[in-house]
Amino acid sequence: MSKAEELGGGLATFVDERTGSNAWMRKNLNKVFPDHWSFMLGEVALYSFIVVLITGVYLSLFFRPDMTEVIYQGPYVPLKGVQMSDAFNSALEISFEVRGGLLMRQIHHWSALLFIGAVVVHMFRVFFTGAFRKPREMNWTIGVTLALMTIFAGFSGYSLPDDLVSGTGLRIAEGIMLSIPVVGTWASFLLFGGEFPGTDFISRLYGIHILLLPGIILALVTVHLILVWHQKHTQFAGPGRTNKNVVGYPLMPVYMAKAGGFFFLIFGVIVLISALVQINPIWTFGPYVPDQVGAGTQPDWYAGWMDGALRLFPPTEFRLFGYTWVMNIFIPALIIPGLVSISAYIYPWLEAKVKKDDREHHILDRPRDAPTRTGLGVMAITFYVVLAIAAGNDLIAIGFDLSINELIWWLRIATIVLPPIAFLVTRRICLSLQRRDREKLTHGRETGRILRLPHGEFIEVHAPLNADERAKIEAKVDVEALPEPAENDESGVRNPDFKKERRWSKLSGWFWRNNIEKPTDHEIEHGDEHIAEQVELEKPLREIEDKVVIGHDGSTLHHPGQPETNKEQYEQWVKDHPHPKSDPS
Amino acid sequence: MSDDTTTRVPAKTDDSVVKNPYSWPANEHQPPPRTTDLSERAAKRAARQVATMFLLSGVFVALFFVAFTYMSPTDTVEIPYLGEIGGQHVALGLTFGMAVFLIGAGTVHWAKKLMSNVEVVQPRHDFKSTPEDTQGALEVFEEGVEASTWKKHPVIRRTLLFAMALVPLPFIISLRDLWLTPPGVPNPDAMLQYTIWTKGQRLVRDITGEPVRAEEIPVGGLVNCNPEDLEAVEETEGNLNARAKAAIIVIRMEPDEIQSLQIPDGAWNGIIAFSKICTHVGCPISLYQQRTHELLCPCHQSTFDLSDSANVVFGPAGRHMPQLPITVDDEGYLIAQSDFLEPVGPSFWTITGEVGP
Repeated sequence: MSKAEELGGGLATFVDERTGSNAWMRKNLNKVFPDHWSFMLGEVALYSFIVVLITGVYLSLFFRPDMTEVIYQGPYVPLKGVQMSDAFNSALEISFEVRGGLLMRQIHHWSALLFIGAVVVHMFRVFFTGAFRKPREMNWTIGVTLALMTIFAGFSGYSLPDDLVSGTGLRIAEGIMLSIPVVGTWASFLLFGGEFPGTDFISRLYGIHILLLPGIILALVTVHLILVWHQKHTQFAGPGRTNKNVVGYPLMPVYMAKAGGFFFLIFGVIVLISALVQINPIWTFGPYVPDQVGAGTQPDWYAGWMDGALRLFPPTEFRLFGYTWVMNIFIPALIIPGLVSISAYIYPWLEAKVKKDDREHHILDRPRDAPTRTGLGVMAITFYVVLAIAAGNDLIAIGFDLSINELIWWLRIATIVLPPIAFLVTRRICLSLQRRDREKLTHGRETGRILRLPHGEFIEVHAPLNADERAKIEAKVDVEALPEPAENDESGVRNPDFKKERRWSKLSGWFWRNNIEKPTDHEIEHGDEHIAEQVELEKPLREIEDKVVIGHDGSTLHHPGQPETNKEQYEQWVKDHPHPKSDPS
Repeated sequence: MSDDTTTRVPAKTDDSVVKNPYSWPANEHQPPPRTTDLSERAAKRAARQVATMFLLSGVFVALFFVAFTYMSPTDTVEIPYLGEIGGQHVALGLTFGMAVFLIGAGTVHWAKKLMSNVEVVQPRHDFKSTPEDTQGALEVFEEGVEASTWKKHPVIRRTLLFAMALVPLPFIISLRDLWLTPPGVPNPDAMLQYTIWTKGQRLVRDITGEPVRAEEIPVGGLVNCNPEDLEAVEETEGNLNARAKAAIIVIRMEPDEIQSLQIPDGAWNGIIAFSKICTHVGCPISLYQQRTHELLCPCHQSTFDLSDSANVVFGPAGRHMPQLPITVDDEGYLIAQSDFLEPVGPSFWTITGEVGP
């Protein structure tokens, strides 16, 4: 035993005698994680969060969240002698005087953007594959909360340097707060410590940004991961993969190495991007002054859609009961994002209800197998994209030489019209893909080989599906829509919940409309026989052209030492791939 | 074999899944052997590659140290397509980035080329507890409730809930002093009603601080102004609050181009002053198109027709831009007649004044 092993063993024993950790390690060191490229998205989120934390700690050592006005005396000539807050001053100091400071700032900003992006994409992966279904609804709600927290964290960090752009963002946030009925003015005055901008807000935001939000995110991420660990990861359908098992690579060593290595890859790529691609050059914006604004400045991407909603919403401010209802701000900036979040929170329960689904799901859906869900997801994305485009409407109008007024009208219409169209089109595409799957299951794969039969008929030969594809298609589960409830029961007593049940039944019918039912076992068997016949038909053909394989250029297509003819190759292949049920003779 | 033991064999096919005798063998999804599995030479080469990457990572850390110590933060380099950027910044980023990236690349290469790539199977279990466990938990819980006398003494139960409901209040109430209300101010609304503009105060240019004479503003021109007192007020208050409300724009148009005014005698010879703070969410506006007399907010594209009482002609804003009544003093400088007659900036719950485009 080497010295290191002795030391490690000693440590393991020490911990085990006090916690019983060895039993846990025995069970968990070889824990299996299924593999699929899309499972990497959550990892990207986690690793970029770690990068954000590391660089954030570094920045907090140099940044001064202080709104006291100072005169800039640093090395950046264009701002020399300019009055600015000490927060902005220290952000300039980090950028120009601290060696590697600008790099850290850029790593922090890039990794924050990647973090939020990965969170959102990961969330859509989970949504489209139905990974939020029982038993993972709790983890979905934690995930939605995490997504919201990351957006707040992003916005609060964006606002800290107190440059012209971030100050304008805060001004907009203040305007939004003021629009809240009844309590808006008080909320704004309490948060800003009086009128905008005051001198308290940056230091208050700083506490929120470096303590409260990271604390919440860290706690929730921990619970999120514990639940993933405990419930075991979902997997896509495949041969040998069932709802009762998990197939993949063991934690030690493969998964550990790949995941650990992946962290360094992500970190490395973020650092390289931050070295070469500038982000948030606050010195070109200058310090925040409340009577100045930069034209054409855009919010960070995750806040863009809310800004787009603010731009598109028509003026709907009115006075009622002696008070002013600022609905043109309150609805787009608070009600719409609120509704979006609530829909995300309740969706798993809604879907379980219309499916009357109480089973555990560990096999993921392919998006096409849940057309309504996929349609709703694409609808949400379309809504987001239209609003995000709206947030850049001024740049688009300038870039493409369009009338800003017409562009806004088109975007207003698009916000309402495009999402439902996206829903319908997506659903159609899903259903068509399902039809194609159904055909594959009952007729096999089209080979593109045309065969002329002795009596002159031409057929295209269909080949059997491979086990992988077949397992994927067969994994689809058909669920009946909720039945139409009876108004009165058998003895004529009126069902008190009749109207409620009928509503659910209608919703369920809508959810399952046009479902392409999976073929029955009988149909599949029939198809298999048919395919077997075709394979049989091709057999003599093989024997005829069996002698030598001629390539297009007339050469023989084989390598030295390999079987020469199709037949020999086929026999060799069968010999190499023994299967209990395939009998080459 | 206990349930949690991993089966270290290739994944087996569930017979019910594959019925077709012509299907490919079910363990086909086990990856084929890699060159590193077949050839010892290839395996050694892969190991060398991994080790080289780890070694290079260390070299880059050394280069980072060199760049940190011997380069100047003010040096710049010209990089094609990226432009001129800080030389030390790029050097530190590239060396640190490569040092980190190579550890990742090496580890992943190691996992892919040399570590076992056989998929394994583990069973899952339903999470639901057994009926016995559920029953047992219920019993323990009920025994606990019984032993606590929670049910026996409803008065304790109710008073505890009462106390627990009230106890967060001190904390919440304490948040009230997040805003230390200045003396004489009853509530936020009172502060939002006025700005520091007063009767007779001169309009001064926002950058230079010089007072503006009427003839300095050409027809079609726009000048950004602040009240003369602003700097003194900022000096005493130590914040930018006054500026955030008092900023104005002053424009001049031919008197016959003016269709309507909020304050008919608040303009002087076609010179009109408006608040600069957008009534939507408070961005400062000075994008002015003199031909159409329209003022466009750069943030959310609210558009105001300055020749027609600064009413909203497009975009999301709900109120016109408030007009500041002005005139000229004996020396010909522009001065305010009074404060704004209505609140400036974003609308709020108790705001009064004109609403609607």
